[in-house]
Amino acid sequence: MISFQLTPEQQALKEMVAKYVQGEVLPVAAKYDESSEFPHEVIHKAWEIGIMNIAVPQKFGGLGLGVLDDVIINEELGAGCLGIGTSIAVNTLGLYPILLFGTDEQIQRLVGPFLEKPLLASFCLTEPGAGSDAASLTTTAKDMGDHYLLNGSKMWITNAGHASLYSVFCTTDKALKGKGICCLAVDAKSPGITLGRHENKLGQRASDTRAITFENVKVPKENLIGKVGEGFKVALKTLDRTRASIAASAVGAARAALQHSIRYSKERKQFNQPISQFQAIQFMLADMATKVEAGRALCYRAGSLIDEGFDEDGNLASAHAKRFSADMAMEVATDAVQIFGGYGYTKDYPVEKIMRDVKLVQIYEGTSQIQRVVIARNILKD
Amino acid sequence: MNIFVLVKQVPDTETKIRVNASSSGIEAKEIAKWIVNPYDEHAIEEALKTKEKLKEGTVTAIAVGPDRVVEALRTALAMGCDNAIHIKADESIDTYVAAKALAAACKKESPQLIFAGKQAIDDDQAATFGYVAEYLDIPSVSVVVKVDVATDKKSLRAVREVEGGTHTVETSLPALIAVNQGINNPRYASLPGIMKAKKKEIKAHTLADLGLGSETALTKDSAFALPPPRKACVILQGEVPAQVKELVKRLREEAKVI
Repeated sequence: MISFQLTPEQQALKEMVAKYVQGEVLPVAAKYDESSEFPHEVIHKAWEIGIMNIAVPQKFGGLGLGVLDDVIINEELGAGCLGIGTSIAVNTLGLYPILLFGTDEQIQRLVGPFLEKPLLASFCLTEPGAGSDAASLTTTAKDMGDHYLLNGSKMWITNAGHASLYSVFCTTDKALKGKGICCLAVDAKSPGITLGRHENKLGQRASDTRAITFENVKVPKENLIGKVGEGFKVALKTLDRTRASIAASAVGAARAALQHSIRYSKERKQFNQPISQFQAIQFMLADMATKVEAGRALCYRAGSLIDEGFDEDGNLASAHAKRFSADMAMEVATDAVQIFGGYGYTKDYPVEKIMRDVKLVQIYEGTSQIQRVVIARNILKD
Repeated sequence: MNIFVLVKQVPDTETKIRVNASSSGIEAKEIAKWIVNPYDEHAIEEALKTKEKLKEGTVTAIAVGPDRVVEALRTALAMGCDNAIHIKADESIDTYVAAKALAAACKKESPQLIFAGKQAIDDDQAATFGYVAEYLDIPSVSVVVKVDVATDKKSLRAVREVEGGTHTVETSLPALIAVNQGINNPRYASLPGIMKAKKKEIKAHTLADLGLGSETALTKDSAFALPPPRKACVILQGEVPAQVKELVKRLREEAKVI
């Protein structure tokens, strides 16, 4: 029998994050959206309550929690502010390469400090000329005997300006294509690193997004994560672990858009009655509600499959969850703005922000089109 | 220092309350979500802060009620309490029985300091903490916004909130302190806290274990009524001078305030 019942601890986790979002995120979400400043204090609090870096295994002093737990956290964060949620969630992406492929020594040395203080890590895969075609990356790591010399540029790197550690995907030999890719853990303070400007984005404005340039950056050999040639696998395995959580953040945002719409439609009167009395609005709300439920079910299933060790099924389920939830949230947020009418198009009401924020979920961590490629490849294979 | 916190589980503040058919009570079954009484969250926080300041001691959360209250105790553990005690009792007990039970369970463990919220947000009686202090024969201070335990841990100084000012009280220990919301910002339960709380055992007592049983409620809820629904607002129309005339007329004749 299939059960979608959360354990008492997961239920408590959900309520705890919801309370944190209510107290710490919602009151400042509009402010950070407007100013595009980095929400240091809000992130610090998230670290304090232990919802960052939850995948660090217990033997290294972490909680050793799984993808489903992260799904639960990210739905709640997404319901508060996707920009702040992304800033909090991106550590998972930055640290998973080390957790999945690093040695015990590397985990202790590189990830250990993240449990001691609220540090941030960035995942550096995308380049100006390598987006969906990530394997075409050109950032190079030249073997200098005891260290690598890193040269190249990365693009759209979340938290770049505030991270202490970068997981950088680069190649030892461009001619080898995917087989030459490796992953290096790079200290953000290394000489030769130049940060681009903080991008002025449509949405998710509280998250810090920048280009990074590496110019003859020395990276010690002991910071090679996995083997040379294994880098692309490191990136894909990492994304497999985080995709369901990103999908869940979109579910949270859609849920918030739905809740705002329900409340507003009961208050707003036209033709002498609340607009919630009109079937046109009722059907929109009903469709939005079904979409949110469906998105959440896909995320829970993807998270559960991965946690139970069914990697292959879990990865396909994650692609379904990410594709559906991102597109769904965009539809739901657009409908929410429609229900609010002219008011919804202004910054005095919360739904236009959700619409701007969720757009990015269709783009980052594998566009909706790339998810379809993954799904199609899977269902068409012999 | 052995510190106790009295915790009550109450309906979530956003719950829509419905009175039962006979008007004798609230439809408890319809309450979808229960929370820790917000004033008690401040009490938990103050207990934890006191322990942290003293750098020693244990904090025990204690609650009386049906099985659902265990959830409130798990929240208290997830916030950082060391132990929890659940006294099993049914929904129908009144303040008297609840306080007798809490006092009897406290007595077994002789706490030096007991914290409680100044009232619960469901019935707003603000009575239980006073009864408990009385049955334990210890001093109690209410509406407290600041607590300083003396270095010798034999007394404390409590600042109370009174209309337009403050009132400072000194008391010997053991004592019971009922806190107001201004005292602190309660911490969130933490994820490591939730994981640890899962492994902790919650000690359970029945009323009989505590030598109670013959005690019956001294008071009985006889009727509940919701406030009358608010009347719809009226927005006056027309030219401003005419509107003002109409407003004055309505204030005089309908509202009878001028």
